[in-house]
Parts: sequence; C-alpha cells; structure tokens
Amino acid sequence: MNNILNVQGLRKSFGNFKLQDVSFSLKEGCITGFIGANGAGKTTTIKSILGLILKDAGSVKLFGKEISTNEREIKNRIGIVLDNGYFYNDMTLIEMKSIIASAYSNWDEKIFLKYIEKFNLPLKQKISNLSKGMRMKYSIALALSHKADLLIMDEPTSGLDPLIRTEIMDILLEFMEKEGKSIFFSSHITSDLDKISDVLILIDDGRIVFNKEKDKLLDTHGLIKGDNALLNNDTKKLFLKLHETEYGFEGLTNNKEAVREQMKDVLIEKPTIENIMLGYIGGENYGF
Amino acid sequence: MKIIISNVSDEPIYQQIKDQIKDAIFKKDLNEGDLLPSIRKLANDLRVSVLTTRRVYEELESEGFVIRKAGKGTFVASENLELLRESKMHMVEVKITDAWETACSFGITKEEFYSMIDLLINEEEEHE
Repeated sequence: MNNILNVQGLRKSFGNFKLQDVSFSLKEGCITGFIGANGAGKTTTIKSILGLILKDAGSVKLFGKEISTNEREIKNRIGIVLDNGYFYNDMTLIEMKSIIASAYSNWDEKIFLKYIEKFNLPLKQKISNLSKGMRMKYSIALALSHKADLLIMDEPTSGLDPLIRTEIMDILLEFMEKEGKSIFFSSHITSDLDKISDVLILIDDGRIVFNKEKDKLLDTHGLIKGDNALLNNDTKKLFLKLHETEYGFEGLTNNKEAVREQMKDVLIEKPTIENIMLGYIGGENYGF
Repeated sequence: MKIIISNVSDEPIYQQIKDQIKDAIFKKDLNEGDLLPSIRKLANDLRVSVLTTRRVYEELESEGFVIRKAGKGTFVASENLELLRESKMHMVEVKITDAWETACSFGITKEEFYSMIDLLINEEEEHE
C-alpha cells in the first residue's frame, strides 16, 4: 500500500504548547482516525499539514510531494473539512459554493448537486440559517465535489447528534468504496472511530503515542478483572492502568496473551477504543 | 455467506472471518468461481478494518482457497478436494492434540485415552 501522506519531524510551538517531532504516514485506501484529548495537538497538526499555519520544522509530503512547491496540484486532490467551516455567514449556499468551486480546476457541478439533493440542503438560504448538522453536510458536499483522493477532516462529528453522525459515517464509507480513496479525520468521539476507522493514531501533549491498525489494537488490548491476590510486581507490569479496590482489580493491558498465560482465572473483556485511548493518556489518577 | 464476529471470543478478528469464509467454502455456501465482496465492501459491512479483510484474503489466497485477479476481484478457487480434505484433517488433528495435552496434564495414560476415544465413538454410532 502506498503512503499518501508523510509527516516527518513536524514541530510547531506557540505559547506553552508544542508539537514535538510529530512523524507518521497514512496508507492509501484507509480511513485513519486521529484521536486525542482536546488540546493534544490534532488541529495544529492538521493545519500544519495543509499549510494553513507555518510549521517551525519538519517535512510534510502529500502524494509524495511537498505542499509548499506543488500547492495547486495537491489541493486539487484533497478535500478539506474544518471544524468551523470558514464560511461567510451572510452568503447563500450557492454563492459560497461559487467561490470555493473556482479554487479547484476539477470541480464537478453534477456531483455537487447530487450531494445537495441527497442531503436535502436549501441552496438559496443563507449559511447562517443552517443547523450545525446541515452546515457539516454542506462542508462535506463541498469537499467531495472536486474528485478528491484524500479527505482531511477536523472534528467532523463533534457537536452533532448520533443520527446525523451515523449518516455522516455512512457517507464517508460510501466515498471509500471507490478505489484509491483515503480519509484522515480527527475526532474525540471515539465511538465514531470504532465504527469506521482502519488505522488509529493517538496524539497526546503534542507527541504521537501510537499509530496502529484498529483491529490489532482491539485484539491485543484487554480489560482484565480479577482477584487482587493475582497482582504482584511482575503481573502489575502487564497493565497500562490498574485500579484496585477491596473487591478486586480492573486493569487495561496491551498484552492480552501474556495476561492469559500468567494470570489464571481472570475475566478478559474486549476494550473499546475509548478504553484504549484513556489507557495511554492522563496520569495514574484518571480512569479508562 | 454468513459471518458473525464475536466480541467475547479469544480468536483475533481476522481469524474469525477467515475461518467462517473457509467454512462457507466447505459447506458449499460458496462455490467455485463465486465472486467475493471487495475488501472495502467486506470491511464496511462487518465494521472491521480494511487491513483486516485484506489480510484475510491474502491468507486465503496463500492457502489456495481463493484467487485474486487484479482489477477484477477475489474469487473462490476451483475445488481442490485434496486441499479441502487436508485442511479438514488438520482441524481434527488440532482438536485431538488439544485433548491429548489435557489428558497428559491429568495423568491419563495412552491406553486410557485410546479407550476413551473408542468408547465415545461406539456411543455415537449407537445413537445414529
């Protein structure tokens, strides 16, 4: 599988926040979820990739090319959905569309109108009249109408109700059915990523914590429950986080096999992406 | 074809899918030349990663159950009876090995183990 995005040693600091040598790559044909707490560096990373903010150091290659020297060509191949949309609220949907469409050499009006119809969007209304969910659907329609190969989205589902989120997930999956398409999207709503992502990248405090296949994460991690008597200095090392009460313990492991071998009579449950994410971030005092 | 992924199973997700596709081929729910869904379609429908479905197809191909044709898709391979039989025998062997290991850990002798098998088979036959 080809890498469509390569980020190497990305650094950016402002105030007391910094991205610290962020490096990762995205595989073609995959939906990659970018997870982390609020303020972990997701939006900063995405904006640096897109060249919307200046990076302090590092290289970003999209489709094997530097964005700074091939901006027009690369931007034609990516669809962008940002958190607040950056729309002019006083314009109608169709007016705003004309501005955006003119920025792309491969804009396809037919595809755009197909999405407008599908999402039931009122073209002649002002953008300020749209509900949050409709605004997001409008953003997605715009991002999908120039035959992009890579969709980059920053928190596309935050603040939306479960019904609209599911609808958006289905739109993304439909987009992926064509060969050679990829999606990179950030979210802190881990249940959305549970449903559709192929690969997950976790960022915490400006550093990449892991970059792994989702199903492998789910297969190797486990929620373990059992009797405190089973805990000793060796078995404790198997856990990312551990809670002991007088009734027993509950812990998250990243090595389910070792737990199965070394600790008899424990309950091994499948974790959610949220459990796994919380296992790696926050201090000892936080749950998972 | 029926595929059910269990969240409580100890088997890795790719293994569960692979075993059930093989099962469908054994049981003739899938026949020679049948087109399997694309890796993306299967991943979307089962809500698993496309990397998992890719791995399933790659392994099924290397074991001779399916053929992947570039640009056309993945098809059930022409029936190789010997391969199917070998594969089924292997499944039985794994179970017997399992049983034998358990027997050893309880100190059951080889003779006792054999007579257990004989007894169980005879009972089975009487029921039929």
